[in-house]
Amino acid sequence: MEVSPEKQRAMLRQMQTIRRFEERASDDYAAGNIYGVVHCYIGEEAVAVGVCSALTVDDKIISTHRGHGHCIAKGADLNRMMAELYGRETGYCKGKGGSMHIADFGIGMLGANGIVAGGLPIILGAGLAAQMDGRGGVAVCFFGDGASNAGPFHESINIAAKWKLPILYVCENNLHAAQTPASMTLAQPDVAARAQGYGIPGEIVDGNDVFAVHAVAAKAVARARAGDGPTLIECKTYRWRAHTERRGQVDHRDPAELEAWKAKDPIAHLATRMKAGTGGFTDAEFATMDAAILAEIQAAVDFSLASAFPEPDDALDDLFEPAAAGRN
Amino acid sequence: MREITYAQAGIEALAEEMRRDNKVFHLSTDPPGPLLTEFGEARIRATPIAESALTGMAIGAAGSGYRPIVDWRQVTFAFVAMDQIVNQAAKIHYMFGGQTTFPILYRAGVGGGGRIAAQHSQSPYSMFMNMAGLKIVLASTPHDVKGLLKSAIRDDNPVISFESNRLGGMKGPVPDAGDDYTIPIGKADIKRAGTDITIVALAWQVHEALAAAEILDREGVSAEVLDPRTLVPMDADAIRASVRKTGRLLVADEAGPTCGASAEIATLVTEDPDCFRALKAPPKRVCALQVPIPYSPGLEDHVFPERNRIVAGVREVMGG
Repeated sequence: MEVSPEKQRAMLRQMQTIRRFEERASDDYAAGNIYGVVHCYIGEEAVAVGVCSALTVDDKIISTHRGHGHCIAKGADLNRMMAELYGRETGYCKGKGGSMHIADFGIGMLGANGIVAGGLPIILGAGLAAQMDGRGGVAVCFFGDGASNAGPFHESINIAAKWKLPILYVCENNLHAAQTPASMTLAQPDVAARAQGYGIPGEIVDGNDVFAVHAVAAKAVARARAGDGPTLIECKTYRWRAHTERRGQVDHRDPAELEAWKAKDPIAHLATRMKAGTGGFTDAEFATMDAAILAEIQAAVDFSLASAFPEPDDALDDLFEPAAAGRN
Repeated sequence: MREITYAQAGIEALAEEMRRDNKVFHLSTDPPGPLLTEFGEARIRATPIAESALTGMAIGAAGSGYRPIVDWRQVTFAFVAMDQIVNQAAKIHYMFGGQTTFPILYRAGVGGGGRIAAQHSQSPYSMFMNMAGLKIVLASTPHDVKGLLKSAIRDDNPVISFESNRLGGMKGPVPDAGDDYTIPIGKADIKRAGTDITIVALAWQVHEALAAAEILDREGVSAEVLDPRTLVPMDADAIRASVRKTGRLLVADEAGPTCGASAEIATLVTEDPDCFRALKAPPKRVCALQVPIPYSPGLEDHVFPERNRIVAGVREVMGG
């Protein structure tokens, strides 16, 4: 599949934005300005961007606890994302969600989810709605190798396959479920092989190659839009940071394994290919792009710092719709 | 007015709302025949036995502009979908800052009387009351179940309708089909007016309390029977007004007492200063015994409160 130079630039920009956003979030978490937990996606950027670049704004995605990359790739506003992490009233969820519960229904981002496999049943409904709407919409479920072992994975894919729902199941197999290696929990190493049990295509793709992910996703999107049902895509990838940014978090992974995956940096890999291509991409352009991204992220932090915390009494809002009923 | 059963009234409510709004559709493992005939397989979907998937599918469809109905059948089967109910449906509107609405109706049978033992006979509505974010209705008559279900389908929040298994075959007056009435969620109903004691009764217990009130009437005790109809939000104003009038309270529930709806009702009376001052005797609860529901008829019947136990409870309060 040919990806235009403009699209390549957009992909690279999104991937670098995800990385810079999370580097900043991680620093600000360590400084005490962001609370709770932050789960970084660094190293996995090619998956979110490769998949979401095959979608339109009307298509739906659902995310995991490691959701910043999916939000950014689907087009979320950095100011409102950062403000949510900062717990401010201008955040996507008015400070009620934080890092693990960012959603933007206006761009088809149906939410990050703190429960592993929690999004799998929900995206079924988005897929069913798209099918009933009859306008060719698709729904994408991002989940990890850990979630592939949970009951909702099997319940959901069975229904999606039987009803031919327009859904992409995108497994981000980063080889570890929190601290537990996938080699200790998966009965067979390839999650995609399970597709056979449901009679749907199962594709394995290099999750660090954004073009490869995009090509597989685009094929699955076309299949879904044509009414041919779901596809299970397994992206082999790796996260560079520990499971969470929490201080004292022990990372049991083999440092040599981490270094080997860092050598397959999806962003450097893409930049190298772009420089070798015909689009006229240069190191200088990358530096300019990166400076612009850093400025955007600084602006998001400034926006967050300039935003008020919610009033304590706002804790009662939004329990029920219409909102005023929450004051009962 | 014609008389139809509680079960028929429920089906009529669904059919009328599906005719009114083409965004309403139905998911269950065993679709109701009349609905399937009228609306077809695309809107009355037969699903695998996969409650977790069904429960979550409703959330995703609701967030995408539809108004799904999920019939879990017995509440028993809802337990395998607890993540989707508790972590997702109850919280998703709130934790995403109220970005969009999630209009969902979940239906489940509760209660005993069918000799089907512990895993199928249970009334755990207080567990769900404890989770902020779910509205809960509990209708006691054919008239009420139809009106409440119609309101629940039109409501923009996840609503659970718990329906007592004992009431399915009960007949009662219901306005003619197509007479578009609804019953507001959150409004109690005084099923019988009285002056000496307020009996707040839930679901099947409403009928036992009404029978008890007849017996008590012959003893010169005037009992008011109040049916909350909605457990979340609870009509505290109506309950407190009744207790301020009568000065006495008995709560009758077919669930066990521990952390139950009955405990909530007793507390919202006693923690209200005016209500507390109006009390002439300590409130009393008449509930199921706090055990899993047993199978053998003598055991099962012994576990549940009924009219005689309510009468005895009222005599105790009146004497106290």
